[in-house]
Amino acid sequence: MTSRRDFLQIAAATAALVPTGWTRAFAQQSLVQDDLLAFEPMGNVTLVHLTDIHAQLVPVLFREPSTNLGVGEARGQVPHVTGRAYLDLFGIPGGSPLAYALTPEDYVALARGYGRMGGLDRIATVLDAIRAERGDKVLFLDGGDTWQNSYTSMLSKGQDMVDCMALLKPDAMTGHWEFTLGTDRVKEIVDGLGCPFLGQNVRDAEWNEPAFESTKMFERGGAKVAVIGQAFPYTPIANPRWLIPNWLFGIREEDVQASVDKARKDGAALVVLLSHNGFDVDRKLASRVKGIDVILTGHTHDALPQAVKVGQTLLIASGSHGKFLTRVDLDVRDGAVKGYRSKLIPIFSDVIASQKEMAAKIQAIRSPHEAMLKEELGRAEGLLYRRGNFNGTLDDMICDALLAEREAEIALSPGFRWGTTLLPGQSITREDVYNATAITYPAAYRMTMTGGRLKEVLEDVADNLFNADPYYQQGGDMVRVGGVAYAIDVARPAGSRVSDLTLLRTGKPIEAGTSYTVAGWASVNEGTEGPPIWDVVAAHVRRKGTVNPTPAQVTVRGA
Amino acid sequence: MISPLNRRQALALGTGAVLATTLSLRAAPALAAKNSTDEAIKAFTGGKEPVKGKVKLELPEIAENGNTVPMTVGVDAPMTKESFVEEVMIVADGNPNPGVIRFHFTPSSVPEANTRIRLAETQNVIAVARMNDGSVFSDVKQVKVTIGGCGG
Repeated sequence: MTSRRDFLQIAAATAALVPTGWTRAFAQQSLVQDDLLAFEPMGNVTLVHLTDIHAQLVPVLFREPSTNLGVGEARGQVPHVTGRAYLDLFGIPGGSPLAYALTPEDYVALARGYGRMGGLDRIATVLDAIRAERGDKVLFLDGGDTWQNSYTSMLSKGQDMVDCMALLKPDAMTGHWEFTLGTDRVKEIVDGLGCPFLGQNVRDAEWNEPAFESTKMFERGGAKVAVIGQAFPYTPIANPRWLIPNWLFGIREEDVQASVDKARKDGAALVVLLSHNGFDVDRKLASRVKGIDVILTGHTHDALPQAVKVGQTLLIASGSHGKFLTRVDLDVRDGAVKGYRSKLIPIFSDVIASQKEMAAKIQAIRSPHEAMLKEELGRAEGLLYRRGNFNGTLDDMICDALLAEREAEIALSPGFRWGTTLLPGQSITREDVYNATAITYPAAYRMTMTGGRLKEVLEDVADNLFNADPYYQQGGDMVRVGGVAYAIDVARPAGSRVSDLTLLRTGKPIEAGTSYTVAGWASVNEGTEGPPIWDVVAAHVRRKGTVNPTPAQVTVRGA
Repeated sequence: MISPLNRRQALALGTGAVLATTLSLRAAPALAAKNSTDEAIKAFTGGKEPVKGKVKLELPEIAENGNTVPMTVGVDAPMTKESFVEEVMIVADGNPNPGVIRFHFTPSSVPEANTRIRLAETQNVIAVARMNDGSVFSDVKQVKVTIGGCGG
């Protein structure tokens, strides 16, 4: 496959690198922008996919997961392959730029060498280059999770992202965290967005009528291209229903099929699903809905260097946090796709030039807050990261903060997949804290909960992650816990996965009938009270000075 | 202090209860129903085993709110005097009582109905349709009722 050859080119160019003894300058010397963008063009349509940037305007560190388990038919299949196995599967040399971008292998050393990834100004440069080459063949599509989860996006209610994305001129987008801005704000933005906000699976609750456009038809390279939008199906469950009380979601597989059929009837030669379903849901959808050529999949933050083919449908997974863009060239003739070539383009921020217009816009947005955001609260002793099915050291830090600052026995922290990474010895700034916590429902609550109830919560979230049928999954990671240890057998049925719950403070088993003091944040319930989580975490980091979080104690079986 | 997890508190009595895991589409759903679902179906069909097909349930895989779950049921029937669906019964095998609703049709009806139903916990919803010739058909869908709050 050509996409494989393309990245092997990059890999080969840097294969001589060894992870010890080289300097940052040396690491980057062997990487040049032209190599990252190199692509043998094909056909008459180019899709460019960006998704799940979580409002990160500037380059970030984001460590990919070491634990990302698949269950049922997805067991051992991509994207549930990590680390060394991932490198072997795709033939990526250890220590290479792609090894750094795509796996947690030797992460700290490689991060120090290859530096940050992403940045909308770098993404703008890549888009400019693709558009210069491919002109009116290009469709640029934003998979959502774009407007929220940084300080400036929270403060401006998504306006910073809307303004910056406008410079990139996307042709369409769909959403998930966008909806946490609430109905009125979403409507206000969508009305003036300048590109369609597509969501075939969102209905108004009163009359069950479409809340957004389902499909947008484009003409590219002489071919009719239909883009169907699929918003995150479980937004009102995973995020607060009260923020969007009148919108119903769901996968609505039959409606996807109806939208595809209509697009074909209207003459579409290429049908694209711009999806925020998550990878496993999209893989199942692709096996059941007929007539989709390409699914640009988002939500679960998977980055894959090759398209995954399910029947006649290509699945493209473009990662998160601005680390990647995927370019897909398609040869669309006589009403059908005759061939394709794809490439996951890694956005190495020290290699890809900054685009001036976007850089200026980002600077204007950030400069009033820069001093506050750069304020150092403390220092990370070890690596602080979030992504992974069961725990991340960054969440361990948040749980420690909840236990200490809210005087609780047990802490619960949501299994969000977004949030940036800090290297050992790095200072922890206010911005780092916001990058892990910036949401519109941040109250750090404190309550009592019985042991039985705690078990029920863990079981419930576990089933959202490990139900063998992807249509019953929600795509987040497991809720993070502090103050308790537990074991989980991911292969068991709902309600029977979690066992051996132990209160760490006493070393005794959690009793179903006993009440415990629990602190947490990101409750989906309206009226939840407590200080914003970022204040709780900031206070804790300040008090500690150097942060060395208590490691989570989760025993995993059945993987 | 409002509990962040209060949505299902009233339903939390059955903690640890084993959820029905079969998604079998066999006619008389061979489910370990916690209520008298099987009896209700038998009473409706006169003891006949329903055949999978003709009737189709549309329900979300995961309920956004267990107290009001949108449900549509449709039957593939010509709706002529000679051949039409007489009645559709909806039952839920995890509610305190299985009976949810019954729809009656005549040859002049459109054989489709929608409403909102209440589901106490994750369970199977079963539609059974009885045609005017006495033949019976069924469909089943599992709906998950969840606490939510950790996706993303």
